[in-house]
Amino acid sequence: MNVYPVRAIYMAEMMRTRRTLLQSVVSPVISTSLYFVVFGAAIGSRIDEIGGVSYGAFIVPGLIMLMLLTQSVSNASFGIFFPKFSGSIYELLSAPISFLEIVIGYVGAAATKSVVLGLIILATARLFVPMEVAHPAWMLLFLLLTAVTFSMLGFIIGIWADGFDQLQLVPLLVITPLTFLGGSFYSIDMLPPFWQGVTLFNPVVYLVSGFRWSFYGISDVSMGASLAMVLLFLFVCLAVIAWIFRTGYRLKP
Amino acid sequence: MSDSIIRIDGLSKTFAGGFQALRQVDLSIQRGEIFALLGPNGAGKTTLISAVCGLVSPSQGTVWVDGFDNVKAYRPARERIGLVPQELTNEAFETVWNTVSFSRGLFGKPPNPTHIERVLKSLTLWEKRNNRLITLSGGMKRRVLIAKALSHEPRILFLDEPTAGVDVALRREMWDVVRELRDHGVTIILTTHYIEEAEEMADRIGVINHGEIVLVEEKHALIEKLGRKQLTVQLFEPLQTLPPGLATFALTQNDAGDELIYSYESATQKAGDGGISALLGALNKAGVGVKDLHTRQSSLEDIFVDLVKERA
Ligand SMILES: Nc1ncnc2c1ncn2[C@@H]1O[C@H](COP(=O)(O)OP(=O)(O)OP(=O)(O)O)[C@@H](O)[C@H]1O
Ligand SMILES: [Mg+2]
Repeated sequence: MNVYPVRAIYMAEMMRTRRTLLQSVVSPVISTSLYFVVFGAAIGSRIDEIGGVSYGAFIVPGLIMLMLLTQSVSNASFGIFFPKFSGSIYELLSAPISFLEIVIGYVGAAATKSVVLGLIILATARLFVPMEVAHPAWMLLFLLLTAVTFSMLGFIIGIWADGFDQLQLVPLLVITPLTFLGGSFYSIDMLPPFWQGVTLFNPVVYLVSGFRWSFYGISDVSMGASLAMVLLFLFVCLAVIAWIFRTGYRLKP
Repeated sequence: MSDSIIRIDGLSKTFAGGFQALRQVDLSIQRGEIFALLGPNGAGKTTLISAVCGLVSPSQGTVWVDGFDNVKAYRPARERIGLVPQELTNEAFETVWNTVSFSRGLFGKPPNPTHIERVLKSLTLWEKRNNRLITLSGGMKRRVLIAKALSHEPRILFLDEPTAGVDVALRREMWDVVRELRDHGVTIILTTHYIEEAEEMADRIGVINHGEIVLVEEKHALIEKLGRKQLTVQLFEPLQTLPPGLATFALTQNDAGDELIYSYESATQKAGDGGISALLGALNKAGVGVKDLHTRQSSLEDIFVDLVKERA
């Protein structure tokens, strides 16, 4: 393991973020704030408490997750897709670096950005909805693990995608529905029994549930199951990336 | 062949579509030489370079870089290599300085502003160091790619058509840079479509066609061996028929009949029909008045065109 390539990639990616600050930080913060205003303050006051938590506060962890997932996927996918698209990836492929160094650089930068965004949005949320975080350390751990895992997923999508449309399609078609149906806006025991069963196959349920537990101590599934799912998903992504770099899938003809 | 810095053994590449771009390529590059790889469009030059640098997975064969297998020991192998690709590819919004420094880091080297400064100056990019890449001209962008390749002090430099789109003055400057690198012990492999570039720069020349190496030769030996010489003899009076004494020579006449063209192999000049002096003697004996003489040696370009046509 050599730190210089990791640092070079990480810094270059963070510079890219700085150049596109408006689009990469300001716009997700604004759009998530709109959710807080509409669902939290306006509509939320007419909805009953869930598990002793006001609806406005209940949806905060889910909304942060929604943003965290979409941002992680889109940041990381764009970060690797762009050099592939422009051809400058030749340098990455000819450099004396292992796939792990590449992943740490790209995924690390994308995840850093997502975590910072998550914290900014959390701070913003408190302006609209009064709430406390019961287990801050667990909250941070979940934030971090989720950001890393979904940045890896984004990295895979970025390598897989052949064009900009595919790059946008996956977050739109997969991530957003999974999050909306993953209990961001409701507790899954509010669903009919059949759908409760189906929902348990949605990995996002475990993330939202675990994350919400770290805020309010209430959860849909057990904390252990949540953590196990995140870690499982993380290692699956890592294995896929290792396979991509070993076989050169979509990277080398 | 003892001190080869790159050894390519039986390298073949068949692309996913079934197209075979490289066929059993064997090639050795000597330490410290400038090697020019020539070949028509689509011959497989870029594919060969890509396979050595790790951009293309070979279907068969092995590449040794300074004794390291470029797949199994990719770290030490790749550390030694700098690559300037054929296509202009850049992170458009980066500055020259940042993108070149990035390359150095990517290749595992600690920052060294002095070295980067030296590289940028040698490529006359120093004034542009704070410019973003989109604001540069095509020739400057290509020089940025060269600077990136040199940022980590490689021992081997691949230049895939380095002077395409570069103006004449700059091309000469780039040749000087390449020579200077060679003087510092860097091995250089370049591809080019400008034959005079190979003629000017290379120590050895390889020709690839349809994915096969058809020839590897030391440049002077190549010109010597394959180079035909032509002697044109201008006569005072047109000749209707050749005098019998000249029949043994390989002569052709121009349409007007006042020029004789004599082809001979430069290396075998003294053998065969006796060469120029015998011809001149015979002309003299036959009483043909000679107005003027000039000789022409075929260039590498003629040789190249012949070679590629012959094997097509
Ligand atoms: N990714 C690919 N998939 C399929 N075929 C390819 C691919 N890359 C190159 N080829 C084919 O391989 C052959 C060799 O291409 P290559 O780029 O090596 O040629 P070249 O000698 O560099 O030509 P040029 O002088 O035009 O740069 C060509 O016929 C090309 O169409
Ligand atoms: Mg080429």
